[in-house]
Order: sequence, then C-alpha cells, then structure tokens
Amino acid sequence: MGFLQAFRLSVSAMLAKKLRSFLTMLGVIIGVFSVVALISLGQGATSLVTEQVQAIGSNLVSVNITGRGALTGLSLEEALELASRPGVSAIAPVLSGQATFKHQTKDVSASLEGVTPDYNTVRNHNIEYGRSLVAADLEHRQKVAILGSEVAQELFGEKNPLGAQIRINGNAFTVIGVLEEKGDGIGGTNDNKVLIPLTTAQRLLRNMTISALYIQAESPESVDRVVVSVEASLKQIFRDEDAFRVFNQADLLSTVSQITGTLTLMLGGIAAISLLVGGIGIMNIMLVSVTERTREIGICKALGARKKDILYQFLIESAVISGTGGLIGLMLGQLAASLVSRFSDFPTTVTFQVAVLALAFSVGVGIFFGIWPANKAADLNPVEALRAQ
Amino acid sequence: MIRLENIRKTYKMGDIQVHALDGISMEISQGEALAIVGPSGSGKSTLMNIIGCLDTPTSGSYVLNGRAVSGLSKNELAGVRNTQIGFVFQSYNLLPRQTALENVELPLIYRGLPGKVRREYALAALEKVGLTGRMHHRPTELSGGQQQRVAIARALVGDSPVILADEPTGNLDSASGREVMNVLTKLHSQGKTLILITHDPQVAKLAQRQVRIIDGRLETGGAY
Repeated sequence: MGFLQAFRLSVSAMLAKKLRSFLTMLGVIIGVFSVVALISLGQGATSLVTEQVQAIGSNLVSVNITGRGALTGLSLEEALELASRPGVSAIAPVLSGQATFKHQTKDVSASLEGVTPDYNTVRNHNIEYGRSLVAADLEHRQKVAILGSEVAQELFGEKNPLGAQIRINGNAFTVIGVLEEKGDGIGGTNDNKVLIPLTTAQRLLRNMTISALYIQAESPESVDRVVVSVEASLKQIFRDEDAFRVFNQADLLSTVSQITGTLTLMLGGIAAISLLVGGIGIMNIMLVSVTERTREIGICKALGARKKDILYQFLIESAVISGTGGLIGLMLGQLAASLVSRFSDFPTTVTFQVAVLALAFSVGVGIFFGIWPANKAADLNPVEALRAQ
Repeated sequence: MIRLENIRKTYKMGDIQVHALDGISMEISQGEALAIVGPSGSGKSTLMNIIGCLDTPTSGSYVLNGRAVSGLSKNELAGVRNTQIGFVFQSYNLLPRQTALENVELPLIYRGLPGKVRREYALAALEKVGLTGRMHHRPTELSGGQQQRVAIARALVGDSPVILADEPTGNLDSASGREVMNVLTKLHSQGKTLILITHDPQVAKLAQRQVRIIDGRLETGGAY
C-alpha cells in the first residue's frame, strides 16, 4: 500500500470522528504549543542578556582594586602605564564617587566619574551631542562636565544643556556634552552619571588613587592575554593576589548564556512532558479505534492485506493525528511568541530549528505511541476479526 | 483446482478437544460450481475459512491451483487470498466510510497497483454487476442487494479464479437474493470456480454439485 493511499485513508478515518480526533489532538497541541512558546521565550531571554553583555563590549576587561594596607589603588601614571601591556588597545581609569548636581533650582544625585578621553571608546558609550573630553581638559583640570542622558533630562528637560553652568558639590562646571542613552544593563542604569576630567575629579573628591579601570583589548581573542599580563603587572605592584579583581566580559557572557541556555532546556523539558502525556492520549484512542475497527481490519485481511499493510495504516493514522496537532500547536506557539514580543520589549523568535524539532517530535510521539495499538491491529487473526461486531 | 486431503481442525476448549473438521477430503475442479450445505455448527464455516486461506488446518494438506497452501506463512496466505480468492460474505463486509468504487478498489491496493489502473479495473467490475451509476455512494446509501453486488464486484476485481460465497443471500429479501444469485451464476458461466456455503436449498440447487457436511464430516452424493 502506498503512502498517499494510507494517508488518505487515515484522513478519512480522522474526519469520520471529528470531535474525538480533535480531543486527541488537543494533548499534542498543548504539548507542542508549550514547548514552542517556552523555548522561544527562553531564547528571547538569552539573546536579550547576550545583547546587553555585548553592549558593554566583549573585548572589555574591567579591573577593581581593593588594595592592601595603605596602598588602596593605583596612581594615574601607574594606571596609564598598563596601556603598554601587549594586546591592550586602550585604557580608561575611572575615579568615581557620588555627588549632587544642581542647575538653577533643580538638583539631582548621581554618580560622578572622573575619566580620561579614552573612556568613550573603551566603555563603548558615545557622545550624543557636544564634545568629548580632550587631553587639555585633564592637563588644566578644566571644570567641564559631560552629562548622562538621564541627568540631562532631569536638570534641563527639553532645553539645550550645552554651555550651561551646573554645580557639582557646590563647584561650577560647564556642560560640554551629553552622552547617548544606553538604557538599563547588567548592574543598573548607565545613564544616571556625569563625566568630568579625571584630574579635576581627584581634586573634587580629594582622592588621588585609581581603584577602577577599564581596559579595551585589541580583539575578543586577545582578552585572555590581556587578563594574564594585567594581573601580572598588578601583582608586582601589590604583591597580593587578593588586592585586585580582573573581570573579563567574555567570561561573563559565556556564563550568562550558559545559565539562560540551561533555563531554556529546562523549560522545554518540562513542556515536553505535556507532549508525552498527549502521546499517551493518542495511544489510548488508537487502542479504542483498533477495537472498534476490528471487523474492518478483518475485511482488509480477507482481501489480502498483509501484516505490514495494517501496521502501516494505523501508524500513519496516529502520526497524522499527532502531526496535525503538532502543526496547530506550532502555529499557536508562534502566535503567542509574536504577541509577547509585540506587547513587551522581550524579543521572542520561533527559530526554524525549534519549529522542525517540535514537528518532528510530535510526529515521532505519534509513531512511538502508535506502535503498540498498530501492532495489536496487525496481529489480529482474520477469522476472529471478521466475527467481531 | 482445489484438493483437500484429510483436513482436520481441532479447537481446545478447556480440557476438551473439539473437532470442527474431522478428516475432510474433497476435490473441486476448475470452473465447477459447488454448494456446501449443512446445519449451523456442522463445521461449514470452518471449512470455508480453510478453503479461503483465512485459517490453517490442524493437519491435512490443501493444494490450491497447484500450490500447497497448508504450510504457508501468514503473509504468503494474505497474498494467496488477494490473488486466488474472491470473498462474498453474508453481511457484505464493505468498509462503511468508503464509496462503492473505493471498496471495489481495495484488493488492488494491497496488490500495489497504481491508482489509475485500480480505478479502471474497479469500474469494469462495477459494470459487470450493473452498479456503475452508484459508484460514488457509500454502503449506507445502498440497498442490501446493491451492497452485495458491490461485494461481488470486489471479489471480481482481482480476477481471482475462485469465488467463495458464504451465505450470499442470507441477509437479502427473495427478490434481491435472486438478483445476486443471477450475478453469481453468470460469473460461473464465464468460467469462475464458484463455492457456495449455504443452508438454503433453493440457493444450493443452483450449483452443479452439492456436498453436505455434518459434525465435521462430509456426506457426499445425496440430494439435499
């Protein structure tokens, strides 16, 4: 018996019992729907987190110094010297503190970061308008400030802040630029800060030592080399491995995507259990169907159907039921995923692989759970089957 | 054509052995019309099942069309049924969801013939039983006589040499029964070997030869 013929017979058997076929399918529909929806949500979460980590820069190495004894950090010269390590393309030492920013009657509290001109490239955080810091600003300890987008919005609203005066802890600064909006990332907002020249910050905060710096590696591949050489240099200065921490964004990226990947698998696995339950439903209904159609099976056998013809017929029937259910579940899952990404900023995508996997799995469930009933049908004795009512 | 030698069929019911067939030997030649008669429980259904290759004898040999059938596997028996025997059952045994035409095509599906050829043969078979106009009807939309004629068309379509009819008129009124018997005798006159299993003397009379089976044994010769 050809596949098409068996397929046609299966469809007609399915249509003959529409409600029952639909209810049987429902188990698979719900199973495939939840697998598809949950996996695409998981993948959406993975891509969201990955995007955020990549926005920080995957060739970024950050160094935090806790210090040892009286030695609480690096001098600016020591920090800048690290730029000569192999594989390092730029370095951005940061001196940070909390400060109050005032313009006319408004004031806002935000973090103050003393930085060098390289900061914007290293942190991958560009100027929206105005200018960035230059070497002369540091040299002359200029009182100029670059506002984060949130600070600019709160102090100036729709007005142009360029050239305006603000007061930082009571000292007058001129606004020379505004940073682009970066949104929330890992570890909170990136927009609620103000950048001033590092040398100015040293005076303002009365702190000469650098305890945080960002290093940009030449490429994501050279990150490991940079980490090793920077660690070696810092060990020479502090003679203590616990005096500093060197973080590598690539490591963070792989850890995070490993976690979200595991989460996705777990969600998919839980959903797959419902698909399994759907499969048992199919087996149940196929067993009923075999009993009901015993006489038909007897007729087919009398007319010359071999064991494999009957087996094939019933296997295709259960595969058609579960495959159709899988198709409907896939479409519903896709619909749910697209609704989620439309009404939230959560990116969900039903990838081609997930679609194919869900369909193949549902057809496989149909075949697997159809084997026993189909075998039961195929093994019927024709004489007894013909006698059945 | 058909040679049965000392066929026995024994069932076990608990500890008791029941001999449904107790040493049956007979020959049916090609083109013959034979009626097997007997009361219910006599073993004629068992005999029919064995002749029709639906069942295998406990012992004895059965040669059909020059081939020893008694030792064949289930799959081989399915093939023999498909090509050598056309069944006509008392209760028609048509598939309820399929049209008349699809029902007639069924034996050819198991023979692996392509759709076009099947359709052509099935149409020819339906024409022989005079039901071309009803080919797209389902069994429930046909009268009993028409259903039985569809079943006969199904028995014909594979061009099997033997037609095995088990009480073909048993469920029919006398007019439809006559119609069905006319079709069967016509087929016989065209060269088919016809085996009728019946308890209706009127039907049995239409066959050239009658054998009577009682308690699993043959009583030959005697007029019924």
